[in-house]
Amino acid sequence: MTPVQAIIAKELRSYFVSPIVYAVGAVFLLIFGVLSYVFVVNAGNQAVRLMQVQGAAAQLNLNDLVLRPTFSFMAIFLMLLLPILTMRTFAEERKLRTVELLMTSPIGINEIVVAKFLSVYLIFLGLLTLTGIAPLILSLFSSFDWNPVFTGYLALALLGAMFLATGVLASALTENQIVAAFLSFGLLILVWLLGGLGNVLGDTSIGNTIAYLSFIEHFDRLTRGLVDTKDLVYYLSSMVLMLFLAHRVVESQRWK
Amino acid sequence: MIEVQNVTKRYGDLTAIERVTFSVNKGEVLAFLGPNGAGKTTTMRILTCFMPATEGVARVAGFDCFEQPLEVKRRIGYLPETPPLYHELTVREYLTFVGRLKGLSAENLRSGLDRVVERLSLGEVRHRLIGNLSRGFQQRVGLAQALLHNPPVLILDEPTVGLDPKQIIEIRELIKSLAGSHTVILSTHILPEATAVCQRVVIINAGRIVAMDRPDRLSARLRRSEKISVTVKAPPAGLAERFRALPGVQSVFEPTDTGAFLLECELGRDLRDEIARFVVGNGWGLLELKTIPMTLEDVFLRLTQHEDITAGEGEEARTPSKEQARA
Repeated sequence: MTPVQAIIAKELRSYFVSPIVYAVGAVFLLIFGVLSYVFVVNAGNQAVRLMQVQGAAAQLNLNDLVLRPTFSFMAIFLMLLLPILTMRTFAEERKLRTVELLMTSPIGINEIVVAKFLSVYLIFLGLLTLTGIAPLILSLFSSFDWNPVFTGYLALALLGAMFLATGVLASALTENQIVAAFLSFGLLILVWLLGGLGNVLGDTSIGNTIAYLSFIEHFDRLTRGLVDTKDLVYYLSSMVLMLFLAHRVVESQRWK
Repeated sequence: MIEVQNVTKRYGDLTAIERVTFSVNKGEVLAFLGPNGAGKTTTMRILTCFMPATEGVARVAGFDCFEQPLEVKRRIGYLPETPPLYHELTVREYLTFVGRLKGLSAENLRSGLDRVVERLSLGEVRHRLIGNLSRGFQQRVGLAQALLHNPPVLILDEPTVGLDPKQIIEIRELIKSLAGSHTVILSTHILPEATAVCQRVVIINAGRIVAMDRPDRLSARLRRSEKISVTVKAPPAGLAERFRALPGVQSVFEPTDTGAFLLECELGRDLRDEIARFVVGNGWGLLELKTIPMTLEDVFLRLTQHEDITAGEGEEARTPSKEQARA
């Protein structure tokens, strides 16, 4: 087992004996379940209304009425949930001084950062997989296009990677887990609101650049089933940037 | 094995250690002695590559701590001041994690695990959660972590803190048994510990090395006079004056009226023979005669405290006349 795998295994072990994963997981699944339920009921009501008007069974687009809004709302809730998952990654190690063990072991800081990130990412992917039950059940009673569902999950997976990387960075900045969580809320909400700010500035180069930095536009395209390299580059590069900054922060703490 | 040259570490305006230079030979056990905040931990953190030095060069096994940290880290077992323990893991899980972190193969990990569990008597707690263990056991798990990959160099920051007297003796025996095959640096502020386990002592105060030598030579070097304690059965009146009249005796101190005297003699001159003949020849009855070595404690106090603080206590208080004479 390589050191990176050892850290991941240890992190997963620590997460699953603490209540964090269970709390975050339960809330995450509850929100996903309630959201999809609400949108399905709405779609049902709409179908009834359409039938009364048209007098025949209406063909509804469940992708647009149920799945896409569920994914979009999930993106917002992830901003609030994922910082809770990442807040302890580095903050706790520093608080308990166990960081001295990691930093004096024959592994690089990049390996520590990557291992920390991958361990929370694995937990997130596990939770995301569990939500797959909602579209599966829906597919038993109706028909819809699976492709936008897959790209929607891809969008959530990429968005989660970016959020978690931001959370790891925030956790590296402080010894206090609460501060780390709030810091990543703040950073993510700021990036989210950049979309609105860009729109205010209109179709200028500055406005477009700022709007590009927000994750909303990229997310929307993916949930519609459009896989554009530009959007993949956006998510992956922002994730790498956040992890790189986390690496620099951890490295800089050695010099203080 | 370990070389430190002119290492300085500054935290902003605060200088933690300044131009520290020393070296440790292979198989040697070296103690860092100093009051809290003297710079012991900082020096150790630089050697373990936890933090870089502001200036100067530190080398372990020929590898520079700044240029080749991975090579250095591979060769070091480090017990920090606070043992780096994950309370939610069992002892076994924790040590397995550390072994993998240090890059041990499955086979070496298994043998290393058995070895440290046996050496540190962790057998009975190996399946218990670290968070539920007593301070003494936690400290031993911390030591086990440092020894697990059998590194040639061990850096132990206050290894016996929090242990009971029996465990302290066991750990000291363990460290002594490591001498020869391992190079050990340990820090302590318990002086007998340094004398008990170390071949060499570095006394560090306010970030500077103030003395470095073998424990016995350290006290010999700092002794400014030979001290002899004499107990006489039936001392006549004015014996102190007559002792002082002997050639070579610098001062006499009579703490009580029980016939015990403390004589300070010229350095490098053993007057025991003369004193014995003088007392016995006069028929006063010689009960005891011995030289008093300076304890490491005295050395430590003299080196790490300012003269004006020591003036009221310890070694200086017993020999006021000498200080006055020198002034």
